[in-house]
Amino acid sequence: MELVLTTHFGNDRYRHVDTYVRLGGYAALRKAISMPKEEIVEEVKKANLRGRGGAGFPAGVKWGFLPKDLSRPRILVINADEGEPGTFKDRLIMSRGPHLMIEGIVITCYALTTHTCYIYIRGEFVREADIVQEAIDEAYAEGYLGRNILGSGFDLDVTIHLGAGAYICGEETSLINSLEGKRGWPRVKPPFPASVGVFGQPTIVNNVETIADIPWIVTHGGEKFASLGVEKDGGTRLICVSGPVKKPGVYELPVGTSLHSIIYEHAGGLRDGKTLKAVIPGGSSTPVLRANEIDVPFDFESLQKIGTMAGSGGVIVIPEGTCMVRSLSVLMNFYAHESCGQCTPCREGCGWLARILRRIEDGEGREEDVELILGVCDNMLGRTICPLADAAVMPAQSFIWKFREEFDQHIQEAKCPYGNRF
Amino acid sequence: MSLAFSEEARARFEKTLARYPNREAAILPTLHLAQREFGYLSDEAIQYVADLLGFTPAYIEGVATFYTMYNRKPVGKYHLQICRNLSCSLMGAEHLIEHVAKRLGVKPGETTADGRFTLSTVECLGSCGTAPVMQVNDDYYESLSEESIEGLLDRLL
Repeated sequence: MELVLTTHFGNDRYRHVDTYVRLGGYAALRKAISMPKEEIVEEVKKANLRGRGGAGFPAGVKWGFLPKDLSRPRILVINADEGEPGTFKDRLIMSRGPHLMIEGIVITCYALTTHTCYIYIRGEFVREADIVQEAIDEAYAEGYLGRNILGSGFDLDVTIHLGAGAYICGEETSLINSLEGKRGWPRVKPPFPASVGVFGQPTIVNNVETIADIPWIVTHGGEKFASLGVEKDGGTRLICVSGPVKKPGVYELPVGTSLHSIIYEHAGGLRDGKTLKAVIPGGSSTPVLRANEIDVPFDFESLQKIGTMAGSGGVIVIPEGTCMVRSLSVLMNFYAHESCGQCTPCREGCGWLARILRRIEDGEGREEDVELILGVCDNMLGRTICPLADAAVMPAQSFIWKFREEFDQHIQEAKCPYGNRF
Repeated sequence: MSLAFSEEARARFEKTLARYPNREAAILPTLHLAQREFGYLSDEAIQYVADLLGFTPAYIEGVATFYTMYNRKPVGKYHLQICRNLSCSLMGAEHLIEHVAKRLGVKPGETTADGRFTLSTVECLGSCGTAPVMQVNDDYYESLSEESIEGLLDRLL
């Protein structure tokens, strides 16, 4: 099986530039600077590389939104705010292969004529940021960053910007505000970042994994990358599997690998004799699936067809014996905690969802509560500046639609049948 | 009492400023630096950062209070932050939080009387494959059990 990213992640020295170069690193950059810039963008379009941060927007198309004229300096921002519950792949790239990301940054900036890049890393990743900073320092020392990169005449500066604990800053306009030193409030779009982004400049925000795929695409060509995946969704993905499986972790798999085989073959199935109850496929914001719905290829369109999303590749495995009300309550506490408070439907709605679920779980649910939750959801969905409200609604609705009987049982029996515990 | 950065922190601050086109963008990194220097972001620390960057303290406070990692109150020498999100909960985080709370005699959000430990519950730390996870100051402790967390607390006590 062809791997794009993780081939050398077992090698502890791979994070250093000497080993990275010895294993073929920065050859793609050498190739790229001999190519016409438009050709690089064309290869990325051909690759059908869809953004790995969650939304799945085609990367090459996103780049195409930059204004044509170069009168205003462009800025590339790498979204390393990895915060979607169930997702832990960008941390792996940054700690095991930071030069893959840096090489992707240099190639992308060269192709887009960008001389400034910020890597926005979530504040908790102190150790990972240290590793990335060391790799950046090495890249400057070896002439892969800084002035006149590899004699091409191209200049690029890369700076790490640490977040400070806010899920919302994974949303690109919130991230931009946070990078500018403001509260991480999402911005109204338009204008889109490609025309007015960080410091008012045309800005592209790409996820770590997306950008780390770029060197391979340049080396092997866009068509080859596309052929690893499925139609309109190329390459491999880093799939994160968490919950009580035998081998939780990150697996690099071709886009389109079945969710069933991700859980049962790659992650080894459930541990301690447990059986599967439900799966959240793409991070906590994506609609939940029942155990009998997982014979589905893991790609953006296939998952969309069955009413859920591939998101950021965070597969959360929920075993039989788990209370779905309690699980949803944990998630709604999270969204209530992380709502930035800017839009009323989200600020109030997330709080209400969390409180209603708490009382149902505690045996104090009222007969009308399930309908009340669905009503609150209707008043949130699509009514806010950013998708955080939608991200709370999607699990709330899907948990109720698929496990309604558990919610009703809690209310009728006035207690949690699972003993109010995990 | 007037606070001031050490020479080393001052040098880091100047280096940080040079990476941005304006002083506002340096607010988050300067707050991180101030928290490391002064332990937490007291009113004096906020005032100091405000003066350094040329903003009002109210503006700096407005930014600081948006983000959970900036502590406006003192925290213990070891800040134990246990993830309570779904993947960690499925792997026993609730029991772990109760266990640590009992062992230290504090509730989440509280600091031990000797100022050694603050116990907090936090949202997803981005390490769900090695749940349950706890961050202590800058370091992650992963795949925790009651036994391993006991061993860790013994070392830190």
